[in-house]
Amino acid sequence: MIYIVLGFAFWAAGWVLNVRLANGPSGDVRSVRIAIPLIFGLTILVIWEFFVLGFEINPVFLPRPSDIMIRMSQELPRLWADFVQTIIKGALTGYIIGGLAAFGVAILADRSEFLTRGVLPVGSFMAALPIVGIAPIFVKWFGSDWESKAAVVAVMVFFPILVNAVAGLRDTTAMQRDLMRTYGAGYWPTLFKLRLPAAMPFIFNGLKIATTLALIGAIVAEFFGSPTVGMGFRISTSFGQLALDMVWAEIVVAALAGSACYGLVTLLERWMTFWHPSNR
Amino acid sequence: MKSFFPVVTVVAAVLLIWIIAVVPMNMHLTADQAQRDGLVVSPDTPIARQDFSGLGLAVRNSHLIPLTYVNIRPRLPSPHQIAIELYDTVIDKKITSKRSLVYHGWVTLAPTLLGFAIGTLLGIMLAVGIVFSRVMDRSVMPWAIVSQTIPILALAPMIIVVMGAAGIQGILPKAVIAAYLSFFPVVVGMVKGLRSPEGMQLDLLRTYHSSNSQGFWKLRLPASTPYLFASLKIGISASLIGTIVAELPTGAKAGFGARMLVGDQYGQPILSWAALFAAAITAAALVGIIGMIERGTLRQMGMKPA
Repeated sequence: MIYIVLGFAFWAAGWVLNVRLANGPSGDVRSVRIAIPLIFGLTILVIWEFFVLGFEINPVFLPRPSDIMIRMSQELPRLWADFVQTIIKGALTGYIIGGLAAFGVAILADRSEFLTRGVLPVGSFMAALPIVGIAPIFVKWFGSDWESKAAVVAVMVFFPILVNAVAGLRDTTAMQRDLMRTYGAGYWPTLFKLRLPAAMPFIFNGLKIATTLALIGAIVAEFFGSPTVGMGFRISTSFGQLALDMVWAEIVVAALAGSACYGLVTLLERWMTFWHPSNR
Repeated sequence: MKSFFPVVTVVAAVLLIWIIAVVPMNMHLTADQAQRDGLVVSPDTPIARQDFSGLGLAVRNSHLIPLTYVNIRPRLPSPHQIAIELYDTVIDKKITSKRSLVYHGWVTLAPTLLGFAIGTLLGIMLAVGIVFSRVMDRSVMPWAIVSQTIPILALAPMIIVVMGAAGIQGILPKAVIAAYLSFFPVVVGMVKGLRSPEGMQLDLLRTYHSSNSQGFWKLRLPASTPYLFASLKIGISASLIGTIVAELPTGAKAGFGARMLVGDQYGQPILSWAALFAAAITAAALVGIIGMIERGTLRQMGMKPA
């Protein structure tokens, strides 16, 4: 009972603090803007901890955050091995293959207005489909190691990147292209000096959508067959052993990896499209 | 209509590549089967055939090529096999039959729609809260954005099992996942939409001495409609994908996801492929329906899509 009261008290305290901070005079200072969501997240964690204790929830259903942290610190080598297998070998390889393929097809399709008009609707249609469903088929085709995961990821990331790249390559105005023509620039100089840079904001948008898809593809594909390492494998086997704290540990790793990949692409975007109005 | 022929061309090209790929993909299986049926195959042992690629084998045994298209358990089924299976299980079977894809489709669709409705409703409510409360904006909004970068979908099967163990079964666990996945796109889109009225428009309302709630009902909410529809389209396809993934490895007995897995495990690839295509058609139909409602609503309101 005392834990439940403590949980509510902590929640109230966090809320009051955030109300003060957000509506106070320093509400627009950068550090305060970062602190507010962090305080909110922390209160959620503390309430979770206290409520699990207070309501005596079976840890098989919902482990406490502290249990998960302890488990993570104990299992670091194993978590790292899973991370390498799933994220680096599976997701990253597939992301690069799918991205390059999409980019190549986009540049080819862009040579003809006819193809562009065909590729855009078909691509955006495909991007909305449940492509993860191919995972069992691909595991059968390419074996259970990371190659099949990379293949699933490659197909999943292909369409969003393709659609954005094709849309981006069309984004120059007639005036800009005419200027290049008056300079006597041919197809390739125009592509590299005008159209690719102009397409960058679009391409990065596609790349950002694709990071989350890549992780989903790599993890889900492991549910259908994998060597005895990998995040998807660990999630499903730990689940079978009712070791929910290990499942949550993998979830934390997946969440951190997802946010980190997204952040990395965003940083790269800032660095490469520094000229774009949204970054100035 | 301008893009009708280009689209047809691209689709035809993809189909052509597929039809050509059927031959090398299925050649080894077909050659093994043909030998068992007493046909002449060169090289004449399966082990010797392993040294050849599917393409090389096809060149040496050109008389077997037609057989690659009628394999019962192909590695890659030919499009017409999937079409026949789809016709069989969608139109020929009674919809109450356990083998009817319409039945399985409804098993998947019901939680998708329920979850989508819940997720959208909650998403709109949270978005309204975020727009009107600075505290909620500052504390919840960053998490709503970060949550988009987390591969939650991969955990869908686990959520199903946990809820099943807690005694919640049937349509609800899948609906929870569908709701979760459609929730955040709606929040992010609606916040953007409710904030889309410009200073000039807000100022005009202030000169009318309108209250906050009048401003909401008469300006902010109508202005957010295009954004709402844009996120609804993302949300519904995310919901459907979530439900299917939730069905995949959890031993679900019915639904598109279960169908894909059953076909895979019992060596009936055509079944998996048919389920995959049925799921794709369903997703396309759902997005299409929302697109139609969007066009109708926006035309009535005199607006353009976001």
